Amino acid sequence: MPKAKLESQKKAPKTKAKVAEVEVKVPGPLEELEQKHERKNVLMQGNEAVAYGALDAGCNFFAGYPITPSTEIAEILARELPKRGGTFIQMEDEIASICAIAGASLAGAKALTATSGPGFSLMQEGIGFAKITETPCVVVNVQRAGPSTGMPTSPSQGDIMQARWGSHGDSPAIVLYPDSVKESYELTIRAINLSEKYRTCVVLLLDEVIGHMRESVLLPDLRKTRVISRIKPNVPPHWYKHYDKDQKYLSPLASYGEGYRFHVTSLTHDALGFPTNKAAEAAEMMARLRRKITYNIRDLVQIESHQMEDAKIAIFAAGITARSAKAAVAIARSEGIKLGLLRPLTIWPFPDEAVRKMLQDVEAVIVPELNQGQFIREIKRLTRDKSEGNVVGLTKVNGQMLTPNDILRKVKEVM
Amino acid sequence: MANIPQKVVHDYLRHDKKFPHVWCAGCSNGIVLGSIIRGVASLDIHRDDIVMVSGIGCSSRMPVYVDFNTLHTLHGRAIAFATGIKMHKPHLKVIVVTGDGDCTAIGGNHLIHAARRNLDLTVILINNNIYGMTGGQASPTTPHEAFATTAPYGNIEPDFDICQLALGAGATHVARTTAFHTQEVQKMVSDALTHPGFSLLEIVSACPVIFGRLNKKGGPAQMMKDMRDNSIPLSAVDKLPPEKREGKIIRGTLRKEIMPEYTERYADLVARVAAMGEEA
Repeated sequence: MPKAKLESQKKAPKTKAKVAEVEVKVPGPLEELEQKHERKNVLMQGNEAVAYGALDAGCNFFAGYPITPSTEIAEILARELPKRGGTFIQMEDEIASICAIAGASLAGAKALTATSGPGFSLMQEGIGFAKITETPCVVVNVQRAGPSTGMPTSPSQGDIMQARWGSHGDSPAIVLYPDSVKESYELTIRAINLSEKYRTCVVLLLDEVIGHMRESVLLPDLRKTRVISRIKPNVPPHWYKHYDKDQKYLSPLASYGEGYRFHVTSLTHDALGFPTNKAAEAAEMMARLRRKITYNIRDLVQIESHQMEDAKIAIFAAGITARSAKAAVAIARSEGIKLGLLRPLTIWPFPDEAVRKMLQDVEAVIVPELNQGQFIREIKRLTRDKSEGNVVGLTKVNGQMLTPNDILRKVKEVM
Repeated sequence: MANIPQKVVHDYLRHDKKFPHVWCAGCSNGIVLGSIIRGVASLDIHRDDIVMVSGIGCSSRMPVYVDFNTLHTLHGRAIAFATGIKMHKPHLKVIVVTGDGDCTAIGGNHLIHAARRNLDLTVILINNNIYGMTGGQASPTTPHEAFATTAPYGNIEPDFDICQLALGAGATHVARTTAFHTQEVQKMVSDALTHPGFSLLEIVSACPVIFGRLNKKGGPAQMMKDMRDNSIPLSAVDKLPPEKREGKIIRGTLRKEIMPEYTERYADLVARVAAMGEEA
């Protein structure tokens, strides 16, 4: 990684008292030249992109445990975090890793961990902790073929539903899903930003193929990269409510050691953070967790619409499968087939609105995915008054990718 | 011992918030909490700089009552959360309050690794020999042949010696006493808090309502007396004949050694890496 980028990171933005979203400081002419120099094309792996994205978003704490195919993220951060005064710690297991990042976050860190399927399963209780206590943190899951130990170096999209429903109890989820090395960088920054803004655990799902694939990437200009840090309270400690219901559920967050002496519990709690068994308070807490997401759905959902304007048949796919789908669209178009692609960058909350529109606009939808049919359940949920027969699945779970030809063949079957 | 004002405990409690507490009548947890507060008060530490972390169980309900930075987490994971806090803000004093089930069964892995790293945490383990909150199941410290709801015919497993476990894992400060010896608890808490490294303080305690009832230990007062009569100070161990040592709880500081502490080692590493950057 070029050095100039590391320098610019040191001049990370400072949080203004009241405003959560802060523009990166515009550098002087010399720094600008340096930055121009460093933002040339680099050959980079998806996992590297995640690590540098995390650093550029201000991540200063990583706790993790080695697991293929995510290990490069830990290795890079073990090398880079100490250079910036950040903390890297290799924990005794993935349970400890998620707990350590949640603890660090409560002490004020921007914290991240990275893992794969087996570790992601172990982290589920901790993810639930971060959600109920509204503690910002990011879990990167570089998916591998499962179930269980499965095929550690083979791709799979088997954790789509686990990322949504994996932790017990009913809670919403924010899950992002990049389709390229460049987007892995961008969505890592976005994952950290969203975790800070919405005070929750944000999951970044990567495909094994993207984690390990090297692509030539032109990273976006750091000056135009928006870095969000949590809002700090501006009231005296005795007025501070850890879960303030004002401000559209995006309430300020104090850190340990700053004089606020608040209580955090994974039990159902009241606005101050103390445990409660009162029905009204429990209902309010649950509503708060849900509304935080539903009230802000437009900010959370990101979707790419590719050649959908005149499409008769649409593909709905994410991650590496969307890359194959994009190639399939190009081939189909050259043959005169009006094929389009709808690709979610945010898979949870699910892009209901965009999918409903797609279902209205096209005659058939093909849902290719590297599992036994997870996305397709969500699409069928939204068909309601349309025939489910127009939604066709295409699955592969043998550890190999779906190729453009696999998808094209399905398109021609449907036509 | 430093002079501690009489009502110091009240001063440190969140008395306007979540009282009455959840503990049964006769439970040792309140006594231990009082001693912890007095131990903290005897030192010159601002309460803003203290974080009390716990997992799940009877003893783990302690943080909610006390006016520190407090964190009540998942079963067994208190030390892992505490590791995150301490590593990010090493100047904070991090106290982990835990129990025998929380810390040596489900959380055993975190205990041994925090001890191995010599991370400066103060782990106060209240050992009541049973899972109290869930109603009396056998824990790793339920004595051999004692009764529990999941050991209705007597416990066939041998029990852990928690201090030996911590010593084996490399803890640099290990001490044990009982809830009867409140002055000793207070002294040991302040010792543990000032120790620069991982400290484990085992406090043998009484659970009269569950462990006591299942094992016919008499009432709370009897169990208190038992803690007095069945324990001997470390200094007296060598003077007693073996038959008088048999089955006794040994009270005292079993190890206190200054070794490189983990956050300091990490700070050294950061400084070393920075120096490398300047040379390059």
